[in-house]
Amino acid sequence: MTAIHSTHIAKPATVSTVMLKVLAALLPGIALSVYCHGVGVLLQLLLASLTALAAEAAMLRLRGVAVLPALKDLSAIVTAWLLALSLPPLGGWWMIVVATLFAIIVAKQLYGGLGNNPFNPAMAGFALMVVSFPAQMAQWGSPQLPLDAAAQWQWIFLHTLPAGSVPDAISSATPLDVLKTGLRQGQALAGLLPQSSAQGLIALGWLAGGLWLWQQKLIPWQTPLAMLAGLLALALPLWLWQPAQYASPLLHLLQGGTLLAAAFIVTDPVSGASTPRGRLIFGFGVGLLTYVIRVFGNFPDGIAFAVLLMNMTVPLLDQYTRPAVFGHRKGRS
Amino acid sequence: MMPLFDFPGGIHPPENKAQSSATPIRQAPLPPQLHVALRQSMGNAARPCVAIGDRVAKGQLIASADGRLSAAVHAPTSGVVSAIAPQPFAHPSGLPELAITLDSDGEERWIERQPLHDWQQRSGAKIRDFLAQMGIVGLGGAVFPSHLKLGLKLGVSPLETLVINGAECEPYISCDDRLMRERADAICDGIAVTRHALQARQVLIGIEDNKPQAIAAMQAAAAAHGFGVVAVPTKYPSGGAKQLIRILTGKAIPHGVRATEHGVQCFNVATVYAIGRAVLHGEPLISRIVTLTGAVEAAANVEALIGTPLDQLLALVRPHRDSHEVVMGGPLMGFTLPDLAAGLTKAGNCLLVKSPALFPPRPPAQACIRCGDCASACPVSLQPMDLFWFAKAKNFDKAQQWQLFDCIECGACSYVCPSQIPLVDYYRFAKSEIWAAERDKNAANLARQRHEFRQFRLQRDKAEKAQRLADKAAQAAARQAASHSAAANVAPASDPKQAAIAAAMARAAAQREAAPLPEQHSSGLNDAKQAAIAAAMARAAARKAAADEAKAASGQPPAPPPSSSGLDDAKQAAIAAAMARAAARKAAADQARANQQPDP
Repeated sequence: MTAIHSTHIAKPATVSTVMLKVLAALLPGIALSVYCHGVGVLLQLLLASLTALAAEAAMLRLRGVAVLPALKDLSAIVTAWLLALSLPPLGGWWMIVVATLFAIIVAKQLYGGLGNNPFNPAMAGFALMVVSFPAQMAQWGSPQLPLDAAAQWQWIFLHTLPAGSVPDAISSATPLDVLKTGLRQGQALAGLLPQSSAQGLIALGWLAGGLWLWQQKLIPWQTPLAMLAGLLALALPLWLWQPAQYASPLLHLLQGGTLLAAAFIVTDPVSGASTPRGRLIFGFGVGLLTYVIRVFGNFPDGIAFAVLLMNMTVPLLDQYTRPAVFGHRKGRS
Repeated sequence: MMPLFDFPGGIHPPENKAQSSATPIRQAPLPPQLHVALRQSMGNAARPCVAIGDRVAKGQLIASADGRLSAAVHAPTSGVVSAIAPQPFAHPSGLPELAITLDSDGEERWIERQPLHDWQQRSGAKIRDFLAQMGIVGLGGAVFPSHLKLGLKLGVSPLETLVINGAECEPYISCDDRLMRERADAICDGIAVTRHALQARQVLIGIEDNKPQAIAAMQAAAAAHGFGVVAVPTKYPSGGAKQLIRILTGKAIPHGVRATEHGVQCFNVATVYAIGRAVLHGEPLISRIVTLTGAVEAAANVEALIGTPLDQLLALVRPHRDSHEVVMGGPLMGFTLPDLAAGLTKAGNCLLVKSPALFPPRPPAQACIRCGDCASACPVSLQPMDLFWFAKAKNFDKAQQWQLFDCIECGACSYVCPSQIPLVDYYRFAKSEIWAAERDKNAANLARQRHEFRQFRLQRDKAEKAQRLADKAAQAAARQAASHSAAANVAPASDPKQAAIAAAMARAAAQREAAPLPEQHSSGLNDAKQAAIAAAMARAAARKAAADEAKAASGQPPAPPPSSSGLDDAKQAAIAAAMARAAARKAAADQARANQQPDP
């Protein structure tokens, strides 16, 4: 029987088209990432996607939910891609597999699947890895010493390198990591700044994707801008105060996936705040916490923890930032 | 150009109005038989005032309003009443409603029409009463009796703004558009009457800017009257009364507050047209303009008599062969008609024929991803995704806290939802569950009150029985005392004793008479007979006190003061009265005792 009431027309949008557009918006960044880090990135994306689909299908079946319709919403692929782009491009195959399994099974499906997870699954997977395998997570390939495709695949799957390769090719630390370690050892900031523009270039890719999503009305402006504002709110005054001790705001914007997070991670609707004011507070909190953890904490980057911490505040934010209902004054509930 | 305001949210669905708005309004042919439903407004169905077999004239009253929100019903044409029986009814429930079936005689013979020619000299109250008799209701869809909107405590001040709603924001519908294009002068006449009744300072006619011809026609007609015609940006739901008031006046009127409290009143163009026809021509509301559109060969607007079977109306525009259902109203707020044999009602502004080709079935709903598109589209700034969550979890308290009842069910949230969730259905479900719970609560309260009254009645009966026994004992004692004294001292003392006994008996009889009978309560006890119960309890207490005194009179130790005897929170006045009565009775008893004392 059809519903007798109900609206009789609807916009032809579906969750799948939303997710498909998010994936499309990732493509410029992915292309630049491949250009800078090599085809290992693609292998990571592939591994993550396959793992995510398999894990999602298995969990849906266990939960007694129709598998195909839920798989087709593509939300698992989005989680997988975000994870693959956050982990080291030359990390061992098991790393991305473990991270994806945790993200899909524990952070997403055990909470009830799409729409019910309080934490951003990709960031939960990332946090698990950075806590459990800090050494491996700090090894990023050096953009200056690219390995060829075959060597990258060999390294990812077999953890061996062809004869004659430089170990630095796979074990350079991230620029943020270099910076933090160097500063703690008393080195001068100037000598620790990243030599390559690779991260900055990739960041522009994320920016382009984010702008397109905003233009498509798929992400609000509040969360990304508030996150960047939160980051700058600490980075700018500290840098002005002691430029020799604190890296420039620009470095914080371009390094460590800040723009990837601003465009694609803090904008996750499921685990983020849903009111306009809530989004501003949520984003600003992520930005602040990211800077604090980056600069004063023990982890090389703080975005994942910042996002997870702010995810916890979402129910409260949503409750107390509801806009005033038409004709009513604010604050009435 | 006056400044316009905006309301939050809103959507821009494809308009699809051109199909039906291109051709002039046609007269629907006179149907051989009409089913005029008695429920033609919010509130009670009208009460029929004709009998089967009666011959009626066009425009004759056939059912009178029953209560404030009810509307009078008139014969749409002349003919014979052939049945007064439940008939299929245009309502989503599919439940039949009582209707008067009229076999038309084809003569269209009018009653003697009595227009209110001197309306300009009449008071608002007079016009209001006149419109109530004419069965005028809001034709925008809510069918709220119009006279009620004319008379609400306007003593405060004359109305600031009379808003005339020609927005017609829902896709496909074009009946108001055509009406404004073709009968702008008649609409303005109706507005003039309405303005006079309300003593409104200014009149603003709001029309969405996708109807340039209607705007031009109305501007031409309104110029002579000094009404303002305002083109408002096309955005659904600008035709909601409170949304249009917001656009034109900047006033945001919350749920549960009447527009008049803010100095504004809003009427639909078709309604003021009907007001004009009634006042100036003496024609009750017996026809309306209906848009027939959707999956049909020749979409059109027709003027049809109320009661015309809907399937006969649809036949005029030849529905497509693959059409599978018909919606009454627009595609966003309309409902699927359960039975097309139903007669046209005053609410029927549009019949929208659906076919799978034109209205593909909605894909199955996916999980809500809290994207917030619904919140951005909501014209009253609700958080529809939260309300959905609460409705689904049957967390109705929370839904009410999130102001579920401010939802105007416009369907904008359902329209934009990428998960294709029929959100409005969830809100309707939650609202009806809350209403049902409210009814249950009231029923439980009533049952509790009845139970409490029964307990009280049993106790009172017991007390009365005890009193009767006590009275008898007192009489027996008095008689005994009398016979004793008669034995001791023959004649002289018997007289005062006899007098005392007679006095006691008379008192008891008087009290019994004064006592209310229990039936008086048990049948008529509905909600708030608390006061009556309290009074009865006070009386019982007084009676108990009297019984105590009777006991005292029969030689027992004096009773404690009567005030404390078993009444809890009865009214202070009742207590005072009971105490006064008891005191009086005590005085009488004392006197009786004093009379007795010297004897032994």
